[in-house]
Amino acid sequence: MNVQGRPTRPETASAPSRGTFTGNRGLDMEEALIFETGRPDATGVDIDEPEPFQSRLGPHARGSAIELPGLAEPEAIRHYVRLSHNNYSIDAGVYPLGSCTMKHNPRLNEKIARLPGFADVHPLQPVSTAQGALEIVEALSNALLTMTGMDAVAMSPKAGAHGELCGMMAIKAAIEARGEGATRRVVLVPDSAHGTNPATAALIGYSVRSVPAGADGNVSAEAVRAALAPDVAAIMLTNPNTCGLFEREIVGIAEAVHEARAYFYCDGANFNAVVGKTRPGDLGVDAMHINLHKTFSTPHGGGGPGAGPVALSSRLAPYAPVPFVRREGAALRLVEHAEGGASFGRMCAFQGQMGMFVRALSFILSHGADGLRQASEDAVLSANYIRASLNDLMSAPLGDRPCMHEALFDDRWLKDTGLTTLDFAKAMIDEGYHPMTVYFPLIAHGAMLIEPTESESKASLDLFIMTLRDLAIAATAGEREQFQSAPARAPRRRLDETRAARQPVLRWTKPQPA
Amino acid sequence: MRYLPLDASDREAMLARIGVPDIEALFADIPADKRIEGLLDMPLAKSEMAVERAMTGIAQRSLAAGAVPFFLGAGAYRRHIPATVDHLVQRSEFLTSYTPYQPEIAQGTLQVLFEFQTQVAALTGMEVANASMYDGSTACGEAMLMAHRLTRRSRAVISGGVHPQYGDVCATLAHMAGDAIFRLPPDLNASEDIAAAIDDETSCVIVQTPDFFGNPRDLSPVAAAAHARGALLIAVFTDPVALGALRSPGEMDADIAVGEGQGLGNALNFGGPYLGLFATRARNVRQMPGRLAGETVDAAGRRSFVLTLSTREQHIRREKATSNICTNSGLCALAFSIHLTLLGAAGLRRLAKVNHANAVRLAERLAAIPGVEIVNTHFFNEFTLRTPRPAAALIEALAGRGVIGGLPVSRLLPGTGLDDCIIVASTETNTEDDRAAYARALAHCLR
Repeated sequence: MNVQGRPTRPETASAPSRGTFTGNRGLDMEEALIFETGRPDATGVDIDEPEPFQSRLGPHARGSAIELPGLAEPEAIRHYVRLSHNNYSIDAGVYPLGSCTMKHNPRLNEKIARLPGFADVHPLQPVSTAQGALEIVEALSNALLTMTGMDAVAMSPKAGAHGELCGMMAIKAAIEARGEGATRRVVLVPDSAHGTNPATAALIGYSVRSVPAGADGNVSAEAVRAALAPDVAAIMLTNPNTCGLFEREIVGIAEAVHEARAYFYCDGANFNAVVGKTRPGDLGVDAMHINLHKTFSTPHGGGGPGAGPVALSSRLAPYAPVPFVRREGAALRLVEHAEGGASFGRMCAFQGQMGMFVRALSFILSHGADGLRQASEDAVLSANYIRASLNDLMSAPLGDRPCMHEALFDDRWLKDTGLTTLDFAKAMIDEGYHPMTVYFPLIAHGAMLIEPTESESKASLDLFIMTLRDLAIAATAGEREQFQSAPARAPRRRLDETRAARQPVLRWTKPQPA
Repeated sequence: MRYLPLDASDREAMLARIGVPDIEALFADIPADKRIEGLLDMPLAKSEMAVERAMTGIAQRSLAAGAVPFFLGAGAYRRHIPATVDHLVQRSEFLTSYTPYQPEIAQGTLQVLFEFQTQVAALTGMEVANASMYDGSTACGEAMLMAHRLTRRSRAVISGGVHPQYGDVCATLAHMAGDAIFRLPPDLNASEDIAAAIDDETSCVIVQTPDFFGNPRDLSPVAAAAHARGALLIAVFTDPVALGALRSPGEMDADIAVGEGQGLGNALNFGGPYLGLFATRARNVRQMPGRLAGETVDAAGRRSFVLTLSTREQHIRREKATSNICTNSGLCALAFSIHLTLLGAAGLRRLAKVNHANAVRLAERLAAIPGVEIVNTHFFNEFTLRTPRPAAALIEALAGRGVIGGLPVSRLLPGTGLDDCIIVASTETNTEDDRAAYARALAHCLR
C-alpha cells in the first residue's frame, strides 16, 4: 500500500555531469524497448511447420498484421536481465513498506509449487484425478481455520480486495436472506481504512458512512455505537489497524455491531502481527480475508498475483461462494454449483490461486505452530525496536505507545526543514533502502509507516535505524539539497508524474518519419 | 527456525531498548481473555527436507497433465513453456519486488508492464491495455461494470457461447450491484440471435470467440447491432494463442476486449494464478479498471515509466474508484510477456497454426469413430464432440484408460440437455501418438 500522485520536484535536480556514450553507468544499464530492438520475423522458439492440413478456420482467419516483435533467446534473456537490474527487491535489501508485509520468500515454496502434481494439473480434469490438489485446498483451509478460529473459509478469491468483495457479498446475501436487503444499505468504514474497503462497499451498492478514529488511533466502541443504525449492514474494520495498533475495543465493537444485527468484516491485511497470539473468531469477527502474499509469504511478484481466502463465521458460512471442497469419506469432492444452497454465487472461474495455496501451505508447514507464533512476535518486536530507536528524532502521531507489526511516524518533525515526507523517502533510496509506505494512513499528516517484518536480522535493523537517524539529523540540520534532489544514485531521478497523467502514453507506437 | 534471523540474545537486547520486560508487554492491547495460551493446535516447525517430502507426497496424488494424452481446455490450456520464461520470472528482482510505487527503483517492472500493455493491445487489435487483472473471468466482470459506467445503463446481455463460469461471475457481480443481466441459453452452434436481446437499456453485449464450444464467431454484426442501440460490445477470449490465427476483437469493432492470458507463459496450476487481459479504445481509458504504466521522463530527461492515471484507483478515489482492485497479476503478466517476446509475430502465428493443425487431425480421427459427431463447422484448437453415451461417464472411463479426453459439458452446464457433449482441445503439446491413443480409447469405451 502506498500513495501515488504526490508532487515531485524534478526542477530541483541538478543537471547530470557529462554522461557516457551508451547512457550506461557501469552495471547500471539503459535498455531499449522490445519494440525498438525486436523484429517481427525473429523468434526465440523453434516450432516446426505442420504437415499440410485442411484448415477449419473458415472465414475467421486473421488477415491483419500482428505488431509483435520477436527476439532470439540470448537477446530476450539479456533484455529481461538488464531490466531486472533496475528493480529493488526483498532479496536485495530491507523493504519496509507498511501494510504490505514484505517478508522473505523461501525458495523451497517455489520449488514445490512447480512440482508437476501441482503446476501441471488442469482445473477441470476429472476430480478423481486431482485429489492431491483438493487435499492442498483442504489442508490450507484447515490451517487457516485453526489460526482464525472461524467456521468456514472461502478459498477462491484471487487477492485481498477480491477477498473483501467476497466477504461483503456473503454479508449482503445474509442480509437479503433476512429480508432486509432494501433497508440495510450502509457500511461503516473508519477513516483510517485502506482505500479498498470503501471501494468494495461501493462496488456492491452500499453507501459508506465514515467512523472517526480517536486521537489514540483506535476506533472506540462508543463511536461505532453512535454510527450504528437500522440501515447499517456491516462495519469494515482493519485489525491490527492501519496505524499499526491493535483495536483495543474490538470485542465491544463486535458486540455493538451484532446487537444492531449487522456484521463485522475484518480486513486481515495485517494478520501477520497476531498469528498464534489471538484468533479473530474469538474477537467476534464474521468475515476476514487473509492475504496469503503478505502473512504467508507468497511472492509479491512486482504487484501480484495475490490470494485472498476469506474466513467466515457460522452466520455467514452458508452464503460462501462456489466452488468449495467437501470431504466425503476417503474422497474429496469439488462442489461447483450452488445445488439449491444459499451460496451467493461465483467469484472467478475455477478454484482460486492454487499455486499460491501450495506456497502458503509450505510456508505454514515449515514454520509450524511454534514458528508462526515466533514470526508474529519477531515482526512486532522488530517494529517496536525501530519505533523506540527513532522516536526521539521523528514524531509519532499517536505518542509513545507500543505498536504491533508496523511503526507510524508523521511529518511534524520536518515542519521547519522545508522538506516533505516524500523528500525523506527518496533520500532513503540513495542509501540503498526501499522507502516505507508514505502518506498512508491518511489520518497521520505526511505519514511514514514502517513495517520491517520478522525477516530482518538485528544487524540489518541496526544499520537501517542508524541510516534513518543519520538522515533525520541531516534533514533537521537544514541539508535540503540532498533531500530535494534525491534520489541521485538510483537508476532514475524523480519522475514527472504530472506529465504521465496529463499526456498519457500507455503503449509504444511506431515513430512517424519526420 | 531457518527463516527467522533473530536469536534469543537479540530479542533480549531489543526488548531492553524498547523498555519492556517481555514480548507479551507488546501484545498488551489484546484483551487478556482473548489471547491464545500456548501454541495453536498445529504441528511444530519442520525442516526443508521434511516439508518437501510431505508436499511431494500430496503432489503425487494428482495426475499431471503431461503424464498422459491430454485434451482438456475449456478456458485453461496446456502449453510448452520455454525454459527461459520460468528462469527469468524467478529472478529475485522480479519475484520479490512489490508494486512499483517507487518508480526510481522499479523501472524493471514498469518497463515490462509498458511492453506488456503494448503487446496486449497489438494482439487484441485494440488501442490500450491495462497491466493485467486477476484472470479472464474477473476481467470479464470488470468489463461489464466498465460498460455500465460508460453507458450509464445497467443491463448486460451475455451470449450463450460465453464460458459458463465467466457468465456466473458476471451474474454474481450484477446481482450484488443491483444490475440487470440477460443470459442467453447455452448456444452449441453459434446460432443464437443476440441482436434480438439488445434493447435501449442494454449497456453491453458480452460475446466470446472462439466460444465455449470452440466456434469462432464473427462479431462484426453483433458490434453493429449493439452500437445501433447505444450499447458496447465486449469480446471475450480464453486462449491468447487463438489471436495468432483468428480475427482480433479490434478488427471486429469490439469496444472492450478481455481474455485469459494463461495460455502464454503460465502453467495450468489447477486454475490459478492466471492473468486477465483487458484492452479497450483510447477514448475509454479513464473508465478502465486496473493498473496502468505510462511513459514519462525523469528529472534528467531520460525516458522512464511510472504507474499513472491512478486517480481512477481505490487508494486515491476510495468509494468513487472505478474498481476496488489493488493487485494485478504482475508476475504472470511478466511470464506472458516473455513468452510472447520469444515467439514474436512469426512464432505466434506458427504456434497457432500447429495448434489448429493438431486439432484438425484429432477431429478427423475422432469423427471416424461410429456414433461420434463433431458439432463445429469451424474451429481453432477446440471443438465439441457429440457422443452416443453420456459424456460424464465416458470421460471417467477414458481417464480410467489413461486419457484425459476433454470436458463433459454437463459438468459446467448441468441440466441443459447437453449431456452427450464433450469439449475437446488440442495444443502443440499433443503428438500423433496421443491422438491415436485417444481414438483407440474412445472407440473402446463406445463399444
